[in-house]
Amino acid sequence: MDEALISAPAGRRRLLWLLRPSLVQLTLVRFREFWREPEAVFWVFIFPILLAAGLGIAFESRPAERLRIGVAEEALGKILAAEPSLAVEIMTPAAAEQALRRGRIVLYAATDSAGTLRLRYDDALIEARAARLLAERAAERAAGAPRRVPVADEVVHEPGSRYIDFLIPGLLGMNLMGSGMWGIGFAIVDARRKKLLKRLLAAPMSRAEYLLSFLLARLGLLLVEVFALLGFGAWVFGVPVRGALWELLLLCVLASLSFTSLGLLVASRARTIEAASGLMNFVMLPMWVFSGVFFSSERFPDTMQPFIRLLPLTAVNDALRRSMLEGAPLVSLGPQLAVIAAWLVISFITALRLFRWR
Amino acid sequence: MSHRLHDNRDPSAGRPTLYVCGLRKTYRDVVAVDGVDLEVWPGECFGLLGPNGAGKTTTIEICEGLLEPDSGTVELFGLTWKRDGAELRQRLGVQLQDTQLSERLTVEETVRLFRSFYWRGPGVEEVIRMVQLEEKRKARVGALSGGQKQRLAMACALVGDPDLLFLDEPTTGLDPQARRQLWELIGRLKREGRAVVLTTHYMEEAERLCDRVAIIDHGRIIARGTPGELIGRLGAGHVVEFSVDGSREAAPPAVLEAIEGVVAARALEGGYQLRVRELHRAVPALLEELRRRGLAVTELRTHSASLEDVFVALTGRHLRDG
Repeated sequence: MDEALISAPAGRRRLLWLLRPSLVQLTLVRFREFWREPEAVFWVFIFPILLAAGLGIAFESRPAERLRIGVAEEALGKILAAEPSLAVEIMTPAAAEQALRRGRIVLYAATDSAGTLRLRYDDALIEARAARLLAERAAERAAGAPRRVPVADEVVHEPGSRYIDFLIPGLLGMNLMGSGMWGIGFAIVDARRKKLLKRLLAAPMSRAEYLLSFLLARLGLLLVEVFALLGFGAWVFGVPVRGALWELLLLCVLASLSFTSLGLLVASRARTIEAASGLMNFVMLPMWVFSGVFFSSERFPDTMQPFIRLLPLTAVNDALRRSMLEGAPLVSLGPQLAVIAAWLVISFITALRLFRWR
Repeated sequence: MSHRLHDNRDPSAGRPTLYVCGLRKTYRDVVAVDGVDLEVWPGECFGLLGPNGAGKTTTIEICEGLLEPDSGTVELFGLTWKRDGAELRQRLGVQLQDTQLSERLTVEETVRLFRSFYWRGPGVEEVIRMVQLEEKRKARVGALSGGQKQRLAMACALVGDPDLLFLDEPTTGLDPQARRQLWELIGRLKREGRAVVLTTHYMEEAERLCDRVAIIDHGRIIARGTPGELIGRLGAGHVVEFSVDGSREAAPPAVLEAIEGVVAARALEGGYQLRVRELHRAVPALLEELRRRGLAVTELRTHSASLEDVFVALTGRHLRDG
C-alpha cells in the first residue's frame, strides 16, 4: 500500500482547488490525447501557418506590375509600348479573343478603318480599366495632346494595409474557432460513442471538473497556437501587432472560450463522429464564408450585414483586426466583445441543459 | 497478502451488501426488468445468469446508479443512490460492458486518472501489479490485447479499494486463456473478502466463480441458489444428447422417459436431450430401445449436468440461442 498516493477528501482544500489531483489528471489527459494525435497537431498548428505562407506569397504586394495587352498592328504596338506600364504583344483578333478569356492579356487594342482606336476589355476588372486609361493616354500623347494638369506620384507601402495583414487576424480567428469547437466536440462525442463517458460517471468523477479540464487544456494550447501564428506573421511578413499584447491575448481567450462553448453545444447530444462532423461543418461553414476570414465581410449586401455581424467569428475577426492593425484598445471594442460574450453564455447554458452523458 | 485497507469497515454487519427488491424497468413498451429481488452478502460472489437481452445489464446498471428504476428498492451497504450517491460511488468498483478506454493513453496514465477520483485506495503501481500488467505499464491502451484491455478495466474498477465490485460480462469475447487469467484474478479478489456481482452467459464461468447464482430470463428471476443446489434440483447428474436418422416422432419423449435411469427427456432442435441418473445403466438401455425401433444413432454425447442444463430444463432453450 502506498501512503503517499492516498489523498484526503480533496474538496476541503479550497485554496489549492485547481491542484486537485482529479482535475490535474483530467487536464493532463486532454493534453496527452491531443499531442498523441498527429493529425490534430497538424490542423491546429501547422495548417494555419502553411495557409498564411501560401496566401501571403500569392498575394504579396509586388513592385507595380506591367499590364499585359494585345495589339493588332505593329505601328499601334510601338505607340502603346511607349507607356512603360504596358507590356505589348502583337496578336490576331482570334488569338486575342482566347487570351482575353484566359486572362493572359487584360485588353486588346486595334485601329479600325475610320482610324478609331478600338479597345476590348472587361470593365469589371480593375486591371483592365487601368490598362484602358494607360492605352488612351499613350495614344493621346502620340497624337500630340498636351498634358493638362501636372501630377506628382507619392507611392507608399504601409505594413497593415497589405493582404497578408488582413489575412493573419482572419486566420487566427478561424483557427480559434476550429480548434475550440473540434477540441471539445470531437473528444466528447468520441468518449460518448466508446461508452467512456458512462464509465467515468460510474466512477466518482465530478462532471464539472470533466468539462473544466477541456477549458484548461484549451487555454494552454491557445498560447502556443496564437504565438505560433502571430510569430510567423511578424517574422516572415512583418505583420504588425499594434494593440497591447495582453489585450490581444485576453481577446483570444474570450474568443476561444466562446467557440469551446459552441463546440460543447454541438457535441451535447451527438452519438457518432459522423453526426458531430456534419453539425460542426453546418455551424462553421457560414462563418468561413461570411465572417471575413479571407475577404472583407462588407462585400456582402447591406441587408445581410446585421446577421453577419451577429456571427461570433465576424465579431472575433473584427476585434482582432482592430486590435492588431489599428491598435484599438479593448474598451473601444464593446459591440464585438458583447457578441462574443453572448455566444459564450448562451451556448454554455444551452449545452448544459441538453448535455447527454451516455 | 491482503490488499484490503480497512477490514470490517462496514458497521452494519448482518445486513446484505446489496439489497434489491421489486425492481422494475420499462423501455417504451419493452419490460426489461420485471420484479427482480436480490440479496448479496459481504464477501460473496453472486452471479446473474441469462441469455442476451434477459435484463442482466439493466439490473446491474440500476444497482450501479447509472439507470433509474421505474419502481423498486436498491440499497447498497444500507445506503441509497438518492441520499448517498457520492459516498456509494467511492465504495463501488464498476466494470461496464464494452467500455473502450482511451487508446492514446498508456496503462499507467489510465490507472492514474481513475485513481485520482478516489479518496483512498492502493497506489497505481500496486493496482497494475494486481492485474498483472506490470510489463505493459508504459504501453498505449490501443496496443493491448483483448484480455489485457479487460484486465486494465478491472484495474480501473479496483483503484478505489471497493467493498463491492460489479462486473458486467467480464470475459465476453475473450479467448479461453485470457478468460482463465481473468477468472484467476476474480478468484483472488473474492478471497480478499470483496463482494462481487457479475453477469455472464457462460455457465462454466458462473459455476467456477459464483457462490450463488440467479438465473434471469425475460426480466424475471426463474431460479436461484448455489450452482450445486440448482444442478442437484435436476435430479440427475448426467445429460445424454443424441440424434437419430428419421423423423422427430420416431422416439417420443414419453417412450424415452420410460427407459431405466432416465429422469426426463426432451426433444430439442436437431435431436434429444435426456437427464440421466445412472449413466452406465441408461445408455445401454437407450441404445437397445433405439435398435428395437430400427433407429440408427447418428450422434451420442454425454456430460455431467451443468447450469446450462438447468437453464435448458427451465426454459427449453439453450443459453446461447438467446
